Amino acid sequence: MHRYSWFLLVAVAASACCCAQERPYFVTYSHEMEEPGNLEIEMYNAVGKPLAGNRFIGTTTEFEYGAKAWWTTEFYLDGQVTWHDSTIFTGYRWENRFRPLLREHRINPVIYVEFENTSADKSLREVVGHDGRPDFLDSNAEARADKERELELKLILGSNFRGWNLSENFIAEKNLKNEPWEFGYALAASRPLRLAASAHKCTFCPEKFQAGVEMYGGLGDWHSFGTRLTSHYLGPAINWTSPNGFTLSFSPQFGLNDYSIPCLYRFGIQYEIEQIVNRFRRGE
Amino acid sequence: MKLKRAWLVIFTMLTLAVLAFGVADGSWMRHVPAKDHDRKNPYEGQADAVAAGRLVFEDHCSKCHGENAEGTKKRPSLRSARVQQEATEGDLHWLLVNGNMARGMPSWSKLGDPQIWQAIRYVKSLGQ
Repeated sequence: MHRYSWFLLVAVAASACCCAQERPYFVTYSHEMEEPGNLEIEMYNAVGKPLAGNRFIGTTTEFEYGAKAWWTTEFYLDGQVTWHDSTIFTGYRWENRFRPLLREHRINPVIYVEFENTSADKSLREVVGHDGRPDFLDSNAEARADKERELELKLILGSNFRGWNLSENFIAEKNLKNEPWEFGYALAASRPLRLAASAHKCTFCPEKFQAGVEMYGGLGDWHSFGTRLTSHYLGPAINWTSPNGFTLSFSPQFGLNDYSIPCLYRFGIQYEIEQIVNRFRRGE
Repeated sequence: MKLKRAWLVIFTMLTLAVLAFGVADGSWMRHVPAKDHDRKNPYEGQADAVAAGRLVFEDHCSKCHGENAEGTKKRPSLRSARVQQEATEGDLHWLLVNGNMARGMPSWSKLGDPQIWQAIRYVKSLGQ
């Protein structure tokens, strides 16, 4: 039965090829929602080496579903590998994004609500509070003892203008234990290398590439708000959508202060299955 | 007294919600501003734009509206008189940028204006 399920999933994926127009961001969310009925499967990785620490790969696998045109829900599974230490599953997250204004405006707000249950996470999907290099120096055994059950809220603001996308995220996160609210930010801009589509099918046309820049970091917590004693990163980002629907993304990101990891290499792969529920209903 | 007021507030909010979604129903054409209605397609008369628009349509629209834009069980045909004759290209551009989210049509502003206009060229070419 299990083998049959995998076969069915692969068959559906193969027959549901589509070309998503994804932004090349790894941390920042844009206001663009998943199309209703579509399921996007994404895998993001962050490779880094903190000073005086071991190299690691933080991995996130995401299942993003467009429940409505104004509501996207997403489930994450996180894990990490640390050199000279171990490979562990670090937890899960469930997020929902809601678009309160049903038309396109100059600035489009999206409300983001997430519950996460993680420990020893190294995927760096956001930086909040005083997150930084010291968090990466503990062994996995020590870090796993610190369970993080957190509620995360984001205000996502996004604009599309003359082919450019500008996105700003303001993050507030609360550990459900008795800890203060922590804050963070993420900013990004990107644009396809060409806006118009080609008149013929092609693999490496400029419109299949999107390039941009991304910056994010912490803003301290309720008792010590600010940009000190927290980490900040900046880097270019690029992605390419292949004709069979896979999107590959890459971004080298650089720590902007001593509290940050000096260099992070992020890479990801995404695949979108269109109208997945209808496909199962129709037995395709 | 407090209970009555609570019910009144709930009733008012539900009425407003129904009205809000009613306004955003399939009668989207009534909400297109005049300046958008009158917009001309910059790709008008360009044969390449129809071919490019067909590829954009196949990538982003065909799974909901059908491979030949004939519509599917839940999504409308784009070969209808409404799309082919009543709606101007400016109206369709407005719809693609804003979507009709209460009815399941997402905003396609992420495609950018050139691809939106190309897709419209292709859709309009189906009625010629």
